[in-house]
Amino acid sequence: MAWAGKILRVNLTEGTCKSEPLNMEWANAYLGQRGLATKYLTEEIDPKVDPLSPENKMIMTTGPLTGTCASTAGRYSVVTKGALTGAIACSNSGGFFGNEMKNAGWDQIIFEGKSPKPVYLFIENDKAELLDASAHWGTSVWDTEEAIKHNHGDPQIRVASIGISGEKGVKYACVVNDMHRAAGRSGVGTVMGSKNLKAVAIRGTKGVSVKDPKRFVQATNDAKKVLAENAVTGEGLPAMGTQVLMNVINEVGALPTRNHRDSQFEGANDIGAEAMLKERESDGKPNLVTNAACFGCTIACGRISEIDRTHFSVAERPEYQIISGGLEYEAAWALGAATGINDIEALTFANFICNEQGLDPISFGATVGAAMEMFEDGVLTTKETGGIELTFGNAKALCDIAELTGRGEGFGAEIGLGSKLLCEKYGRPELSMTVKGQEFPAYDGRGIQGMGLTYATSNRGACHLRSYTVASEILGIPEKTDPLESDGKAGLVRAFQDATAVVDSSGMCVFTTFAWTLEDFAPQIDAACEGEWTVERLLEIGERIWNLERQFNLAAGFTGKDDNLPARLMKDAAKTGPAEGKTSGLDTMLPEYYEIRGWTPEGVPSNETLSRLGV
Amino acid sequence: MHKSLSIDPGKCTGCLQCEIACSLDNEGTFNPSKSRIKVFTFEAKGRFVPYTCTQCAEAWCLEACPTHAITIDRATGAKVVSDTLCVGCKVCTIACPFGTINFNQDTGKVVKCDLCEGEPECAKACPTEAITYVDADWTGLDKMRASAGAADAAAQA
Repeated sequence: MAWAGKILRVNLTEGTCKSEPLNMEWANAYLGQRGLATKYLTEEIDPKVDPLSPENKMIMTTGPLTGTCASTAGRYSVVTKGALTGAIACSNSGGFFGNEMKNAGWDQIIFEGKSPKPVYLFIENDKAELLDASAHWGTSVWDTEEAIKHNHGDPQIRVASIGISGEKGVKYACVVNDMHRAAGRSGVGTVMGSKNLKAVAIRGTKGVSVKDPKRFVQATNDAKKVLAENAVTGEGLPAMGTQVLMNVINEVGALPTRNHRDSQFEGANDIGAEAMLKERESDGKPNLVTNAACFGCTIACGRISEIDRTHFSVAERPEYQIISGGLEYEAAWALGAATGINDIEALTFANFICNEQGLDPISFGATVGAAMEMFEDGVLTTKETGGIELTFGNAKALCDIAELTGRGEGFGAEIGLGSKLLCEKYGRPELSMTVKGQEFPAYDGRGIQGMGLTYATSNRGACHLRSYTVASEILGIPEKTDPLESDGKAGLVRAFQDATAVVDSSGMCVFTTFAWTLEDFAPQIDAACEGEWTVERLLEIGERIWNLERQFNLAAGFTGKDDNLPARLMKDAAKTGPAEGKTSGLDTMLPEYYEIRGWTPEGVPSNETLSRLGV
Repeated sequence: MHKSLSIDPGKCTGCLQCEIACSLDNEGTFNPSKSRIKVFTFEAKGRFVPYTCTQCAEAWCLEACPTHAITIDRATGAKVVSDTLCVGCKVCTIACPFGTINFNQDTGKVVKCDLCEGEPECAKACPTEAITYVDADWTGLDKMRASAGAADAAAQA
C-alpha cells in the first residue's frame, strides 16, 4: 500500500530491464524517494566512483504518497553521485512525470552501466524496454518530448529527458520533465547524459492505493484546508509565485548581487513578481500569462510566461515567441541579480533556454556572474569569450551565453564547467561562490546567518532547499528568529534539515512547509502507509537520512574542511542594508552544529549517533 | 430541480485534483487515467481546460446504445451506464459528438460521468472553484453577474 512495491532495474550496458521487489525493510527505515533511493545508492555504488563513469548509478524515485490525492503529491527525485559536486545528489521535481511512474507501478527506476548508443526507456505499466534514441540525440528537451509522444501516437505519455547540455557534459545539466519542470541541481542530467540515456517516457494506468482510503481523504482534506488558509500558500504563492520573495529579500539586505560583491540589487523591482504582472508598453500584456500547478498541487505557484515579442531576444526568433515556464525567484535572482541584469524579458528568454536545453538556471546564472567579475577584472577578455562583452548588466551577453551553454558550444562550454572549475581554470578560485562545487542560491549568508550554515553543511553542496531557515529568519515560520544573529542557528538548521529530508522522501513538495509542520504530514503518511507513522518516527527518519548522506560524502572523500564558505562571505562585510558590516558567523555556528548533530569536532558522525540511527 | 457541472477554465490551474477524485470514487484507487473528467493543457495558450459529459437532454449515446444500457437517473438527470447491460460495443463512443463517453479496456465496458449521484467528487475536490455544481437552469449566472457589473460600471463612468 502507498508504495507500489516494485523497482525497475535497467542495465544500460546490457540493455536489460528487470523487475524486483522493493526492499520494505529499507522503506520502513527511509520512507521513500530521497531517503530510500539514497539507501539503495549507498549500498550499490562505491562513493569514490567517478560520477560520469558507468559505475555510477542514477535512480529515479517516487515517494509513498506520490500519485495520491494529497496536495502536491506528484513529486519524484533523481538520486545519484552528482556530476557538479562529486557529492550525494538528490534533485526533486514536480510536474506530472512522478505520478505517471507511480501509476505504472514503479517506486524506483535504477539505471546502471552505460548504453553503447543513445537510448530512451519506454514504460507502459509492467512493460519496459530500451529504444533507440539516435534520432533524438542532439535535440532539445522540447523537441525530444514532442517527438516521443508523436512516435508512440500517445499524447498522454509523460517524458523526462535531457537537453543538448546534458549530452555535452555541461556540469549542471538537469533532467527536465513535462517541458519545464526540472530535477535541477547538482548535475543529475549530466550523469544521465554520460549513460547515453536521452529520456524516460512513461504511461501508467494501474492506480495508486493507500492503507485507509477514508482516513486518508479526511487527513489530506484537513491538510489542504491548512494550505488554503495560509497567507503564503493560499495567497502569496498562487498570485506571485516564489517571486514574491524578490523585494522582501532585497529589503533585508540578503539579495546577493554581482557575484556576491553586493547584497542588495538596485534593479530588484524590475525583475520580481510585480514586474511580471505589469502591463508592457509594447503589447499591453504582462510577462506572466497564468499560474500553473504540478500534479495534485492546491498551491499552484508555477509561472507561465510569454516574452515581449518586440524584445531583442525573440523579435527575429518566432520559435521563442511562445508560452512556457517563466521565472521563479531562484532563476530570476541567478539570471538577474547575480549578473546585475534588470531586463525581465531577457531573463525570461534565458530561462526558456534553461528549460529547452536542461540547464540549472541557478548554477548557470551564478557561473555567468563569476565570469562577469573575471571579465571586469581583465582575467577574461573577448578573446576567451568569443567576442562577448561579458560585463555585469549586459542582457544581450546573457542571452547569447545561455544559448551557447545550452548547446555546450564555444565559451558556453567553459560556462558549463560551473563556477568552481571556471574560476580555478583562470586562477581566481576565490571568486567562485560555491560550497562543495555547487553555486549558492539566492540568499546571502551574511544577511541571513542561518543560510550561511545551511550552505556550508548541505549534503549536496550549496542549496537553500536542504534547510530553508529563511522561513524562520525572514518570514517568521514557524517562529521568527533574527536573521543577523548567528546564535541558535545551529539548532534551527538541524531541525529544518531533518524535517525537510522527511518531506523530500514522502512524495510531497517542500513548499507545503510554509504552512505545514510534520504534525500535518504525519496523519497523511500514517493513513497511507502500512505501520504507524508518528512525528517522532518521521523526525528520526529525517535524521537518519541526513547522517546517511553525510556518510556517503565522507566516504567519497569530503571532510569537515569542505563545510566552508568562500572568503567573500567570511571576511568581506556586507556593504549596504540591514546587514551592513556583517560577515558570516560560520566559525561559531559550525562547531555548535557538529555537537548538536552528535558528530565529532571534525564533523564525523560518532559511532553512538550512527548506531542510535541504525546507519 | 437538477444541477449541472459548470466549468470555468480561467480558474483552472491544471492540478488534476478533479481527475484524482473522480478515479478514487469510481475505481477505488488514485488513477487519473481512469477519470471521467479530463483536464486538457493547451501549452501554446497557457490554458487548462477541464471537460466532461454535459448530460445532453437528448443524449446521443443513450439513443445509440443497442442494449439500452444507458438510462437517465431521474434524481440528477445524469445519463448512467449499466455495467450489467453494456456489452462494450462502443457505438455510444461513436455517437457522442464530444468524446466524453469512453471505453475502459480493463472492464470491457464504457464509462462516463454519472454526476456521482448528485454529489460530484470533481467539484468537491477542485481547489479553485473552476468546477462547480450549480442550478442547471443557471450555469451562466456567474458570467451574467460579471457582465452586469461591467455594464453598470460603464454606465456610471
